[in-house]
Amino acid sequence: MSAVQLTRQGLIGKARLAGGRLFWVAAGVLAALVLVAIVAPFIAPRDPLDIDLSNVLASSSAQHLLGTDQSGRDIFSRILFGTRTSLLGPLGVVTFSTVLGVAAGVTAAWRGGWIDSIISRSSDVLFAFPGLLLAILAVSLFGTGLWAPVLALALAYTPYVSRLARSATLVERDRAYVAACRVQGFGGLRTCVRHVIPNIAPVILAQSTINFGYALIDLAALSYLGLGVQPPSPDWGVMVSEGQGSVMRGAPQQALYAGALIVTAVVAFNVIGEGLADRVGKRSR
Amino acid sequence: MDETLVAGATILEVEGLSKTFHVGGTWRGRGRVGVEAVRNLSLRLPQGGSIGLVGESGSGKTTTARLLVGLERPDAGTIRIAGRERSLGKVSASERRRRGREIQMVFQDPYTSLDPRQSVAEGVDEVLRFHFSLDSRERRARIEELLEQVGLGEREARALPRGLSGGQRQRVAIARALAAAPSVLILDEAVSALDVSIQAQILNLLGDIREQTQVSFIVVSHDLAVVRQITEETLVMYKGDVVERGETGSLLEQPNHPYTRMLLDSIPRIGWEPERISAERRAADLG
Amino acid sequence: MTALLDVHDLQVHLPVDGKLKPILSSVSFSIAEGETLGLVGESGSGKSMTARAIARLLPPGGEAAGEIRFGGSDVLALGGSELRAYRARSLGMVFQDPRAHINPVRRLGDFITESLRDAGQPTEAANERAIHLLSEVGLTDGGRLLGQFPHEMSGGMLQRVMIAAALANEPKLLLADEPTTALDVSTQAEIMAILLELRREHRLAVLFITHDLELAAATCDRVCVMYAGTIVEIQDASALFGAPLHPYTSALLASRPDISVRQRAQAIPGRPLSLFEAPPGCSFAPRCRFAVEDCLADRPDLRPVGPGRVACIRAEELDGATRGSEGSADG
Repeated sequence: MSAVQLTRQGLIGKARLAGGRLFWVAAGVLAALVLVAIVAPFIAPRDPLDIDLSNVLASSSAQHLLGTDQSGRDIFSRILFGTRTSLLGPLGVVTFSTVLGVAAGVTAAWRGGWIDSIISRSSDVLFAFPGLLLAILAVSLFGTGLWAPVLALALAYTPYVSRLARSATLVERDRAYVAACRVQGFGGLRTCVRHVIPNIAPVILAQSTINFGYALIDLAALSYLGLGVQPPSPDWGVMVSEGQGSVMRGAPQQALYAGALIVTAVVAFNVIGEGLADRVGKRSR
Repeated sequence: MDETLVAGATILEVEGLSKTFHVGGTWRGRGRVGVEAVRNLSLRLPQGGSIGLVGESGSGKTTTARLLVGLERPDAGTIRIAGRERSLGKVSASERRRRGREIQMVFQDPYTSLDPRQSVAEGVDEVLRFHFSLDSRERRARIEELLEQVGLGEREARALPRGLSGGQRQRVAIARALAAAPSVLILDEAVSALDVSIQAQILNLLGDIREQTQVSFIVVSHDLAVVRQITEETLVMYKGDVVERGETGSLLEQPNHPYTRMLLDSIPRIGWEPERISAERRAADLG
Repeated sequence: MTALLDVHDLQVHLPVDGKLKPILSSVSFSIAEGETLGLVGESGSGKSMTARAIARLLPPGGEAAGEIRFGGSDVLALGGSELRAYRARSLGMVFQDPRAHINPVRRLGDFITESLRDAGQPTEAANERAIHLLSEVGLTDGGRLLGQFPHEMSGGMLQRVMIAAALANEPKLLLADEPTTALDVSTQAEIMAILLELRREHRLAVLFITHDLELAAATCDRVCVMYAGTIVEIQDASALFGAPLHPYTSALLASRPDISVRQRAQAIPGRPLSLFEAPPGCSFAPRCRFAVEDCLADRPDLRPVGPGRVACIRAEELDGATRGSEGSADG
């Protein structure tokens, strides 16, 4: 037993040193993005909606750090403001899908039997629907904007969370501390909320972080297709879409910068999610 | 030691307890096999007394323990605690809570029997809040008292399970079980996962607790020496049946059933002949 | 008797919480051909790490220094194919939990014959050998068993399969790490019977690792008692049991609950430590009721005393005293 414990601690030590740097870089990127989203109004040099048709598609200058777009709006300011919608959307998706997924997954595992069957089969059905398709369906029903696609994507992402929550709960349920709770007379709800969910939370958090990245891409894609956030609101997806036309006119900056940010953010979320999953995995084994 | 066997009212009375598990088969139940884990078990535990359930894996001793605390539902039989009979069917939340105050259990593996995210004091506090209406000062005093009773101090009270050794965790599990002030404590192989030098500490602790609190024990163990130290009566179980029962000392000194004898012979000692034991075991066809 | 395995002044360091910490210190012992040496200790004693160092299977980041000689060759210097050959042909290994070491989705035949087929034996011959090996561990229905999966067997049966597989390449030394701990007492007797018989028939040397001093005393020729990464005592098994030299050994014997009388067990205060947690001086001193000031000064070396060797500065003067305590009930 002692041997196993030592190995476990030893391995974590090494692995953290090796893979740790990238994790912290990603965390830094993420922190910067969140900060920017919060302070955007204070640091943006211009109003992101301010049109100046006399100065369209300008390249970078002291006045316009990253140049202007096809309507003469300041790209730098639009990118700063765009951080807000680009993070807010995925945050909504992840929050809803996590709450829904944990509730469904834990219930399925805890109750078992026909309840488990119903929950598991419905999540199988949801799995079969591509998230984007579901979002497009929602948009056609409820109209464009941020919230219809966010709710649709949240539904589409729920099975990923619920399946994980279910399997993690099945493992916890068989641990002696859960039996000890039952012997005390604790009800199922209390045991799940106070004991099981806190213990599966790290695994879920890791998955939800990865989902955040994917949701960001999906929402950017919807905006790009014109189904999500609508121009002229600043949003990275919208900016890629709007900047596309200018690429042929020799002004790729808007699409380029917005696209690069989408990629950076998604990679950062992925690295962090995988890193968290790694740590959780090592600790629980 | 033996006076407890006669003195004291019966606190736990079990009659005709049976449980069959159904395993395998298709989802419609075709081809299922019934395994009788416990067959017609009866016992009478006096207040402050201690009964050992011994046997090997598959003997039904752990199933019996789980039936007694309600982790499994018996197919037949009655369980009476302090004269109140337990119904076999579904129970209400308040009944569940009451049962928690009647009978508690300490599990084998100290590494999984505590919530890894709950500090020692929080764990005990949760149990006190759940069962009793005490104000926070009374609870703090009771937590301190319970932890002191199991030999833990300030530092351990604040610690998470991962900061504690196996023996300390088992002490926490005992404190948490005692927090519900049960009449009966079931010890399911409670010392067998511990280091040898720690086993003795916990056994002594359990002996002290029984003396101080008059709580009664059911000791589930494969270790006959452990049973010798902390029980007055012993039931030897084999494949769901009680094959022999009696006063612990005389049962271990003059075993009547061949299975009990085989268990005793299997204990390693100087001059031990495992070849002969395994030959006898095969001859007796005990497994 | 020439030693088959000679371990001299073995030191092992492992990364713990990111830092390299000492796990074993100056561990020295030898095993002769056909001898069974018991390695007894509690958590943190380093008994399993000793076996892993011998098999060169330390966890990643672990470092071993000192000398391990097997049949004359320097084990710590082996590399690549030599190391693989040493592990495959010289050593057999049996662990506590056979289920964790046997691939659950492959048939037992695959598991037993793997090393044989690796060594170039045709499947047919390997299967025949596997059936023979299974019969040696008391499983007569070998032909059928080869086609079965691990989940179809009991723990005791699987442990026999594990032993059979360990013997496939006719090793000279068997490393048995708590092979019976997870088993029922009567199954333990069977597995021990098999190991003892194999040792006799094949002149197999066995390094038998266990936490159970009684089991070691009952089955081994000599026993090393380990505490906090060091050997504190080596003696013939029967002598160790009757006349332990180290206070830790006698305290361990006294703390086992007695089956013949009901009496308060003599608990050892505190908990077993790992080497890196241990204070300077004798690691056991903080828990030892015979400790004096000198015990805290230097870590005692293993030195010959009477019939064995012991690492305790008070061994001579305590001779008898430590044992005397065993009979005197409550402490």
